Amino acid sequence: MTGFWATPIGITVLTVLEVLAILVPVLLLMAYLTLAERKVLAAIQLRKGPNVVGPFGLLQPFADAIKMVMKETIIPTGANRALFLMAPMLTFGLAAIAWAVIPVNDGWALADINVGVLYLFAISSLGVYGIIIAGWASNSKYAFLGAMRSAAQMVSYEVSIGFVMVSVLLCVGSLNLNDIVLAQRHIWFCLPLLPMFVVFFISALAETNRSPFDLPEGESEIVAGFFVEYSAMAFALFFLGEYTSMITMSGMTTILFLGGWLGPFGLWPALGPIWFILKVCLCLFVFIWVRGTFPRYRYDQLMRLGWKVFLPLSLFWLVLTAGALMLFGWLPQGA
Amino acid sequence: MAFLDRTARSLLLGELFQGMALTLRFMFRRKATINYPYEKGPIGPRFRGEHALRRYPNGEERCIACKLCEAICPALAITIEAEPRADGSRRTTRYDIDMTKCIYCGLCEEACPVDAIVEGPNFEFATETREELMYDKAKLLANGDRWEPELARRLELDAPYR
Repeated sequence: MTGFWATPIGITVLTVLEVLAILVPVLLLMAYLTLAERKVLAAIQLRKGPNVVGPFGLLQPFADAIKMVMKETIIPTGANRALFLMAPMLTFGLAAIAWAVIPVNDGWALADINVGVLYLFAISSLGVYGIIIAGWASNSKYAFLGAMRSAAQMVSYEVSIGFVMVSVLLCVGSLNLNDIVLAQRHIWFCLPLLPMFVVFFISALAETNRSPFDLPEGESEIVAGFFVEYSAMAFALFFLGEYTSMITMSGMTTILFLGGWLGPFGLWPALGPIWFILKVCLCLFVFIWVRGTFPRYRYDQLMRLGWKVFLPLSLFWLVLTAGALMLFGWLPQGA
Repeated sequence: MAFLDRTARSLLLGELFQGMALTLRFMFRRKATINYPYEKGPIGPRFRGEHALRRYPNGEERCIACKLCEAICPALAITIEAEPRADGSRRTTRYDIDMTKCIYCGLCEEACPVDAIVEGPNFEFATETREELMYDKAKLLANGDRWEPELARRLELDAPYR
């Protein structure tokens, strides 16, 4: 390190550059995720999807972005202005800051903190605030209903996500995301903890309000749920937030269960970040694939699944994992 | 036993994976989309699109102002006024179709004794203002001149079934 990078200004510049190095690819991935979603859904429904703007419609996300920016942000008369405008920023901001701790390669995390999992869990739980605030500040019954549903849904599924994470942590003996990935050098956790992996993935769908758990949006019943009243850039921020949290959840799945940047069977360790991105893209594809396949759950079914199926199941597997680790003496050392 | 069977099936997500396999197979099927502005679907000879007033090969307009089309039009979209011309033949002085009222039922075409008013194969006549859709005689005759080869072919193909 030369002199400049050690000065306070140098450190600030460096940090900003590091943040950009994470955020710009994430935002680009998000932009193309919207296109990929439209393309994949179209393919499943025997359509072609956007193919006019640029080659294969590759410029479509930018056309959409320009449209969103040009439009007028309408604030309803009855809305609480400050909160109404704060909610989308909160949603997007929370979805984005989760990337501070996600390691893309060995030690390539912006903040390599020892409570990485806890941080991720806390951030994804905070996401519900943006939605609740949006629903309340809009002063509209559809928005309010959507926000209530969303809050109930996210809280219910966080419980089982928490148990799944604990069972992973039992096998690792550390809350550091870097250590979690390194612990999967021999076998990815998605194999020994397969049921937990499935529970985690389904809960992730619910957590990000994705189909088939997209009741908070529920176009056919409550129009668009918590963001009915939003337009233009404020709406776009919710959209960005939803897709960014999808990517974040895929990143979490990758780190917890799919061995992060490790290649299958230890292949090409030099390609770390590429393996990571490929795995995230695979998870995202499954997100979209699920959306193209299943119809929306009913609200009571959603609650039943969360509390009566996933909670006992994850609790049972947690106890089973702990028991197996104790019985065979596989408990990670130094835990 | 039935309980165990059911529980095992639901825990293994069998039906869900079957559904996902189905959608995955559909992803690789041939797409049904027609790339519309660049390629178009086939149109039958009875397709009822934009109206046109036809002429005889010598340039004389076919319409004899019998007003059968005006009478049969269920949407009251057609307005006709007529007077004898200088040479004594009866012709329309006004032939208007309100394309926003028209329901494209094709009854005017069926009522016409001289195949003057027809519905052509053109369906791309969207306009930016409502007024442009109030067609007058000049516009309809221009349509007839523009689409005549198509219109004649259509009538010929459909003639055996009339």
